[in-house]
Amino acid sequence: MSASLRVRGLTHRYPTSSGNVLDGLDLDVAAGERVALLGPNGSGKTTLALHLNGLIPAQSGTVEVGGRPVAGEHLPEVRRRVGLVFQDPDDQLFMPRVREDVAFGPANLGVPAKERPAVVDRALAAVDAAHLAERHPHHLSGGEKRRVALATVLAMEPDVLVLDEPTSGLDPVGRRELAELLVALDTTLLVVTHDLPFALQTCPRSVVIDGGRVVIDAPTAELLADPDRLARHRLELPFGFVLGPG
Amino acid sequence: MGGGLRHRGALHLLVERDSPVHRARPEAKVVALVLFAVALAATPERALAAFALHGAVLALVAGAARLPAGTVRRRALVALPFLGVAALLPFAADGPRVALGPLAVSEDGLWAGGALAARAVLGATAAVVLTATTSVADLLAGLAHLRLPRVVVGIVASMLRYLDLVADQLHRTRLAMAARGHDPRWLWQARPLAAGAGTLFVRTYERGERVHQAMLARGFTRRLPDLRPPPAGAPAIGWAAALAPALVSLLVAVGAILR
Amino acid sequence: MLAMHAPDGFLEPGVAAVTALASLAVMALALRAAGRDLDDRQVPLAGVAAAFIFAAQMLNFPVASGTTGHLLGGALAAILLGPWVGSLVVGVVVLVQALVFADGGITALGCNVLNMAVVPAFGGWAVFQLARRLLPRSAGGVVGATAVAAGASVVLSAAAFSLEWLFGASAPVPFDTVFGAMVGVHALIGIGEGVLSAMVVSAVLAARPDLVAGARDLAPAQLVDRPRVSARAFALGGIVAAAATAAAVSQLAADDPDGLERVAIEQGFADQAEAHRLAGSPFAEYATRGIDDETLSLAVAGLAGVALTLAVGGGLVVAIRSRPRAVV
Repeated sequence: MSASLRVRGLTHRYPTSSGNVLDGLDLDVAAGERVALLGPNGSGKTTLALHLNGLIPAQSGTVEVGGRPVAGEHLPEVRRRVGLVFQDPDDQLFMPRVREDVAFGPANLGVPAKERPAVVDRALAAVDAAHLAERHPHHLSGGEKRRVALATVLAMEPDVLVLDEPTSGLDPVGRRELAELLVALDTTLLVVTHDLPFALQTCPRSVVIDGGRVVIDAPTAELLADPDRLARHRLELPFGFVLGPG
Repeated sequence: MGGGLRHRGALHLLVERDSPVHRARPEAKVVALVLFAVALAATPERALAAFALHGAVLALVAGAARLPAGTVRRRALVALPFLGVAALLPFAADGPRVALGPLAVSEDGLWAGGALAARAVLGATAAVVLTATTSVADLLAGLAHLRLPRVVVGIVASMLRYLDLVADQLHRTRLAMAARGHDPRWLWQARPLAAGAGTLFVRTYERGERVHQAMLARGFTRRLPDLRPPPAGAPAIGWAAALAPALVSLLVAVGAILR
Repeated sequence: MLAMHAPDGFLEPGVAAVTALASLAVMALALRAAGRDLDDRQVPLAGVAAAFIFAAQMLNFPVASGTTGHLLGGALAAILLGPWVGSLVVGVVVLVQALVFADGGITALGCNVLNMAVVPAFGGWAVFQLARRLLPRSAGGVVGATAVAAGASVVLSAAAFSLEWLFGASAPVPFDTVFGAMVGVHALIGIGEGVLSAMVVSAVLAARPDLVAGARDLAPAQLVDRPRVSARAFALGGIVAAAATAAAVSQLAADDPDGLERVAIEQGFADQAEAHRLAGSPFAEYATRGIDDETLSLAVAGLAGVALTLAVGGGLVVAIRSRPRAVV
């Protein structure tokens, strides 16, 4: 299941700062698309992500998920449909047992206690973390934490998946496994990342956000082949990285 | 202050074994601990035999749990400061004197000190046995089963979950300071340390705000979901068996009172 | 020393039960207030705050020439989080210490929560509010008030413990001795607590002033002005205050109570001395040995009780009356 995203004129200013961190941002994502959100630090990527499930109410502008506005009485439904995976998995794993963390979302959605174990097992299996079900989150490695954090969101069967910097702290094998996992899902995918190779592997389309608005919207391969364009927004490929064919 | 025990948080306390004590329902174990504590408090101070029996009961339970004696002993050292206080009582207390070697100490103080020492050590050891045989998750589930308000259990769960992280961060801050040659010996030199603690408070609070957002993102409204695992058929060890040792101690205490 | 939590049976059952009821009542109220103030954020915020207080209590801070001390944290928690959430958070810490870390008896939870959470948080908050009125309305004023409040909170805690001992002693150690020792020692310990708490609040004010409940009435302009008060000055001031307290308290131990005794007789305490039978403790008579000392002991106990009631009760009243504005 997947849903579309529609952002129009989104503007946001934090109370402590002087400028708009989001400045009339427009974005359209079709159902099932996989889009990388790139951009320099402070460009508003995370702020945008937090708007998508209503954690930050829109000060001005609109956000729609599957045609429904992200506001008011639609919020609970939006929270089910948009799964947000945070930057720091420790913020997301707050129960004393992995199984309970993964069950938290479904429990809030009203899944009866009898059915939860199956839902939990399914979600953990999807991220290849079934063997971690009884562990305490603190005892997991960085990669395991990220997988389990993803499972906590997948357990809610979202239509849109938003990941904020999913690869920071992951080793190369972990990165590859995560990429393969994401590509196999059929949800709409938004990946906020600095990791350009990862963006290339997972998202055919890239959107560059700078100064609170979308400044580039292009196929990822095309964008990454243009170092000048990248450099204008403080983006560059890792040292020695060469774009292979196709 | 039992610093060694606490420094590494709560997660390493479980001693993984397969024993009837480990398998017992956590809520029964918590109730047993409370009853045992009541027994300790109620036992009259001169009832030496009663205290000895309490100790025997505890030793039996620890043995049944196959806990290494050294570990239990080491963790029970948290009661050490009170052994010091107990040792002072014969000297600080009033009342008829009795000879202790060359010294004249208060007789009541001796008995009081002995009782204090016994209660402190036995009480601490009982709590040690509980946490050595019960995982944090199970302990919390047990508290929830005992109808402790869900919010309180949630706060305790959240505290225990992030305790290790916070303690780690504080520790690393201190290491970083030491690595830069800061070795404070006087109170007014503690500013960097205090500043580190203040920053840690801010970071910790902000983490709390982010955890809240993560909870909201997973559909949380005001009411915490009931995440107690569904009862998995007949428990290996019923309530009666779990409470038996504590009830024995309670009876012993009552007997000592009535004597 | 107070950082040691009382084990089971340290106080007679009657007193243990009374303190348990009192603590339970305050904790229940604190839970409700936390629910009102923090709403659906109470679980994560109170939880991580409790983790912080626990970790902060483990911190070894230097006192003098290598010796270290530990933070009690009750007043600090109240000043950062407000008295209700602060007392709740420290209460949770004490509960977890007893249940999980074997530090403190289960049956002694009542008195431990009272002495380490309720009294320092509310008593500290009351002294803090008082000190704020006397100090400039600035960040510096908040920091100064914190120092005074945190130092006082430790003494209040010691006084509370001593009063509990008066009624429920489990050993024939006279109240005079306990009170003198506890309050005297803790007046000194209070210096460390005061200085350290002030420094911590100063650091939090610099980063996120909105996280200091005790400074919520200050406008941003007032927060900017922060004259750096020397920690050494604090410490020295604290030593003077502590010395004064210790000297006053040592009157008791020195059996030279002319002034206080005269006051006691004039106030009629002397008449009550004979008829006074303290409930529960078989050692009650030891608490007030001899007619002269008994008068004085009762006077001191009475004064301490009044001071404690004023501080903690005042703190509660202030906390109930001023509904804090929405936490950021």
